[in-house]
Amino acid sequence: MATLSDPPRESFHISQLLYDTRYRSITIQVIAFILIVAAFVFLARNVVINLSALGKDFDFGFLGSRAGYDINQRLIEYSNESTHGRAALVGILNTLLVAFLGCIVATILGVIAGVLRLSKNWIVSRLMSVYVEGFRNIPLLLWIIVIFAVMTESTPSPRDFRGADPEASMLLGESVAITNRGIFIPAPVWGDGAFLLVSVFIVSLAGIWAFRRFARKRQEATGAILPVFWVSLGLFFVPVLVVYFAYSAAISRDQYPLLAVGAEQGMTLESYVEANGNPSICALPSTAGVNLSSALREIGQRANIVRVSTEAELLEAVQSGDCILAAVSPTVAASFPGTVEGVEMAALTDTVDRGRPLQFERPQLAGFNFEGGVQLRNSLIALWFALSLYTGAFIAEIVRAGILSVSRGQTEAAFALGLRPNRTMNLVILPQALRVIIPPLISQYLNLTKNSSLAIAVGYMDVRATLGGITINQTGRELEGILLMGLFYLALSLLISAVMNLYNNSVKLQER
Amino acid sequence: MNKSVFFGTVAAASLVAGFASAQTLAEVQERGTLNCGVTTGLTGFAAPDANGEWQGFDVGVCRAVAAAVLGDANAVEFVPTTGQTRFTALASGEIDMLARNTTWTFSRDVDLSFEFVGINYYDGQGFMVPRELGVSSALELDGATVCIQTGTTTELNLADFFASNNMSYEPVPIETNAEAQQQYLAGACDVYTTDASGLAATRATFEDPSAHVVLPEIVSKEPLGPLVRHGDNEWGDIVRWTLNALIAAEELGVTSANVGEIGNTTENPEIRRLLGTEGELGAMLGLDADWAANAIAAGGNYGEIFEGNIGESTPIGLARGLNAQWTDGGLLYAPPFR
Repeated sequence: MATLSDPPRESFHISQLLYDTRYRSITIQVIAFILIVAAFVFLARNVVINLSALGKDFDFGFLGSRAGYDINQRLIEYSNESTHGRAALVGILNTLLVAFLGCIVATILGVIAGVLRLSKNWIVSRLMSVYVEGFRNIPLLLWIIVIFAVMTESTPSPRDFRGADPEASMLLGESVAITNRGIFIPAPVWGDGAFLLVSVFIVSLAGIWAFRRFARKRQEATGAILPVFWVSLGLFFVPVLVVYFAYSAAISRDQYPLLAVGAEQGMTLESYVEANGNPSICALPSTAGVNLSSALREIGQRANIVRVSTEAELLEAVQSGDCILAAVSPTVAASFPGTVEGVEMAALTDTVDRGRPLQFERPQLAGFNFEGGVQLRNSLIALWFALSLYTGAFIAEIVRAGILSVSRGQTEAAFALGLRPNRTMNLVILPQALRVIIPPLISQYLNLTKNSSLAIAVGYMDVRATLGGITINQTGRELEGILLMGLFYLALSLLISAVMNLYNNSVKLQER
Repeated sequence: MNKSVFFGTVAAASLVAGFASAQTLAEVQERGTLNCGVTTGLTGFAAPDANGEWQGFDVGVCRAVAAAVLGDANAVEFVPTTGQTRFTALASGEIDMLARNTTWTFSRDVDLSFEFVGINYYDGQGFMVPRELGVSSALELDGATVCIQTGTTTELNLADFFASNNMSYEPVPIETNAEAQQQYLAGACDVYTTDASGLAATRATFEDPSAHVVLPEIVSKEPLGPLVRHGDNEWGDIVRWTLNALIAAEELGVTSANVGEIGNTTENPEIRRLLGTEGELGAMLGLDADWAANAIAAGGNYGEIFEGNIGESTPIGLARGLNAQWTDGGLLYAPPFR
C-alpha cells in the first residue's frame, strides 16, 4: 500500500521571478509596461513643464473665440465673425471634399489604366506604362505645383474677358469660363416646381430598382437577358425631362414685376440702378431672383442677394433696408402695400422671367471678377487632379496585379462559353480580382486622404490650413491645434478603413 | 522600491527640463554664432544678394546684435521663416531672435509670450493694384480678389477693413512674398496687400514698377520690430539696447566712419558712455565695453542702415516719414544711455 504524502508545498522566492521560466515572461511584460508608462508620463510632464516655463497653459478655449480671418472656399456658412472652431469645421469639410473627389477619380483612372496596361495593343499598354511609371516615381508635391502653375500661368485672367474685342472668351455657349483664378461653371438653382421634379426623379429611381429586380428574376427563370442598361438609362432621364419641359412650358410666359424702394413711376431697371448703385436684392426661393441678378450683371452691376423664405420676411428685409429691390409674383406684388412704414415701393417698367423648376446660373463678368455660378478654384483643381493622377497610378498597379492573379484558365473558359471580352472582364475576371484588389486599395484611399494635407503648397484651405495653419498662428495654440488635427486624421483614417473593410467582407471568398 | 526610483528619475528629469530654458546669451557665446530668424526673402528687408550674402534692413539688426555679443558682424546664422513658421521657430529655441517685419501686437506680446524689444520700422498696411484696373482708392475694391500672406496681422486687418466698409472680397492665401509676387503678376489676384514698406520693396523688383500703384489708404498701424522669447530678460535687454544704440547713434552723430575715434575725442558724455570709453554700461549687460561700438561699426547707425537698404536712394525708395528721429519730427526715440 502506497503511502500518500502531501505534494511539496509551493515555495516562492523573489528570485524565481527572474530564473523561473513560469514567471519570467510575466515579469518581463510587467517591467516593459512600467517602462512604457514611465516614458509617456515623462513626455507628458516634460510638455507641461516646458509649457509653463514658456508661460503657456493647455486650453481648448480658443476654439470658441472669434477667428477674424476669411476663407475663400466654404461649404457651410462662415465669415470672419465666426469662431476658430467653425473655421476648423470649414477646413475639415474642404479636406473631406478633396479626399472624396480624389478617391473617386483615382479609382476610375486606376481601373482604366490597370486594365489597359494589360491590353494587347502595344501603343495603349506602353502609354499606360508611361503614365504609371511617371506618376509613381515623381513626388506628389511636384505634380501639385506643376498643375497649379500651368493653371495659373497659361490661362487668361478675368480682365481678359472684358471689352468689345476680348482676348479670351467663354466656352459652351457663354457658360463656362476658364481663368487663372479657377474654372467658373453654372450653378444649379431650384425654383418653383422643384419639389415635383425631385419627386418624379425618386419615383424613377424606384422604377429602375424594380425593373432590375424583374430582369434578374426573368433571367434566372428563362435565361433571356433584358437590355437592363438602356432601360435604366431611359428611366433615369426621360420622365424627369418630360416633366421639366412640360412645367417650364406651362409657366414660360409668367413675368414677375420688380418692386423697388424709392422708385418713381416709369423707371427702368437700368435707370433705377444708375440712381441707386450696387443694390441688394431680395429673392424669394425662386429662380426669378437669379434672373434678376443676371439682368443686373448684364448692365454691369454687382448684386448681393438676400435670401428670404416667406412674404413676411421679405417685408421685414425691405423695411430694415437689407434689400431695395425684389422680384415677386404678381399676386404678392398686388398685395404689397405702396408704402410700408414710410418706405415707398413702386414697380419698375422692366420685369423678369419667373424661371424654371431647375435653372443654371451662368457666371457673368461683374466688378473685378466673374460672379454667379460655381468657382472651382485652381487650388482645388490642382490638388484634386494631382492626388487623383498620383494615387491612380498606384491603383492601376493594384488592379493589374489583381487581374493577373486570376488564372488564365478562367478567361479561356469564359471565352469557350461564348462570353464576349467585356462581359468576361465584368462578370468573371474583375469579381475574382476584387478579392486581391480591395485590401491594398484601402491603404491607397488612406494615403490619398492624408496626402491632401499637401494643400499647403497651393493655398487650398483644408483643415491643415485653417486649424493647423492660420488658427495656430493667430492664437499660438500649437500643441492643442496639432493634437486636434492628429485626432481628426486618425478618426478619418479609421472610418475609411472600417467602411472599406465592410465592403471587403462582402466581396471576399465566402467560406463555408 | 521600483516606484520610488521611477518617480525620482521623473522628478530629476523634469527639474533639468525646467532649468533648460533661459541663458540665451551663454548659449550664443558658446555656439559662436547668433541664430537670427528673417523672412524667406523680401528685397531691402532681408534677402540673399547675388553672392548669397544676406542683405537688408532687418539683416542689419541681426548683424548689429551679433557684433555686440560676439564682436563679429558675420557670426550670424540666418534662418528663413514664413509668416506661419516664425513664432514656432522662436518659441522652440531654433532661433535666438526674430527680425522679420513682425507687428507688435498685444496677443503676440502677452498670449504668445514673446517680448518685443522695440520698433525698428513704423509701418501700416496698404494695397497695391495694377494701374490698368483704374482703381484710385481702396474703397473701390468691392468684389476684388486679394492676395494675402496667411498667419499675419494683415490678414485680420483685411477682413476688418472690408467688413467695416460693407464690401466683399475673395482671399487668395499664400505663404511667402515671392509666391504672392508671382500670383499677383500672373493676374490671379487683383490686389496684393501687406505692409506698405513690403509693397514698396516688392514693387521695386518688378520689371515695370510704374505699372502698379500703391493705393493711398493705410488701413492699420503696423509697428514692426525684433522680438525674443519671454523669460530671458538679460537676452531681451541685450537685443533691446543694441537696437536703441543704433537709434541713439544716429541722433548723436555717431556713424560707422567715425565710431573708431569719436569715443576718445568727443566731449559729449553720452557718446562716451555709449561707446564704452566711460562708465560700465557694457558690463551691466554682461558684454564687453565696446559692445555698442561694434554694433554701430557692423552696418552703421540706424540712419545708415535705413538709407543703405530701403531709403530714397535705393530702388525701394522709402521716405523716412514716421521713421525719422524725434528731433526731425519722426517717432524714433531711444531712451537715454546712462
